[in-house]
Amino acid sequence: MDIGILLVYGILGLTVIVSAVGLIISRNALYSALFLVVNFVAVGLLYLALGAPFIAFAQVTVYAGSIMVLFIFVIMLLGAENLPLTEPLRGQRVLGILLVVIFLAEIVLYYLLRTTPLQSIPLIPQTFASPAEIGMLLFNRYLLPFEVTAFILLAATVGAILLSKHEGPTRPKPGIQKPETPVEG
Amino acid sequence: MPMSYYLILSAAMFAIGALGVVLRRNPLVVFMSLELMFNAANLVFVAFSAYHQILDGDLFVFFVMTTAAAEVAVGLALMVAIFRAKRTIDLDEMSTLKG
Repeated sequence: MDIGILLVYGILGLTVIVSAVGLIISRNALYSALFLVVNFVAVGLLYLALGAPFIAFAQVTVYAGSIMVLFIFVIMLLGAENLPLTEPLRGQRVLGILLVVIFLAEIVLYYLLRTTPLQSIPLIPQTFASPAEIGMLLFNRYLLPFEVTAFILLAATVGAILLSKHEGPTRPKPGIQKPETPVEG
Repeated sequence: MPMSYYLILSAAMFAIGALGVVLRRNPLVVFMSLELMFNAANLVFVAFSAYHQILDGDLFVFFVMTTAAAEVAVGLALMVAIFRAKRTIDLDEMSTLKG
């Protein structure tokens, strides 16, 4: 394979792994969020390389854009950048690393026990995952899941508004409140 | 590119995300690690979609993305509500339901 292609894929993979590690080891949650943005953009480039431009740009706009804005907004709102790094249960860290290693070993074992070996990814035609193709499939075969997703988003929006209202649903309206109940600012 | 490149990358991302969920005490970082695990699953979806030349994997990534967005919105609202009630969001302080 061409050395330039190998170099590009190597740098992309390294960026993904390093930013993921930086996400979980950085003490400041804000740095974690920025590492996650780097990770999302690198994975979006991998989607482009896999011939899925629509998914790649949706990844960058939805994940690296709006979801990360939400994260950073909440981090700054709560002032949760630097929580103390305490470890209340003895050996919890060791146990966690051990479980993850077991999990990785299971994945590797499953990969090795496959009966058919995996080949390289074949050359992807130009119009394979174009927005037109994705739209046709989305609004024909996947129309019902699309509508269900819309309801999930609506329920999430209503739930988020309800959860983050200050007083909850029992808050009296300003016009009809009784004089003896003090109004909190 | 060989398929194993994407599989190894995704497995590593998923493992790092699981490690973050288990080890970190900051719920915001735990949420971000969850997003990392979603991302690892999405990468395998897209890779196998290109491998088999079937578009359905890409559509599943689309649905995973929207569901993850909904989950993040509700989760962060819950976090704000918990912070109002307890004045902290450390995961070890949320032990009121513990028997």
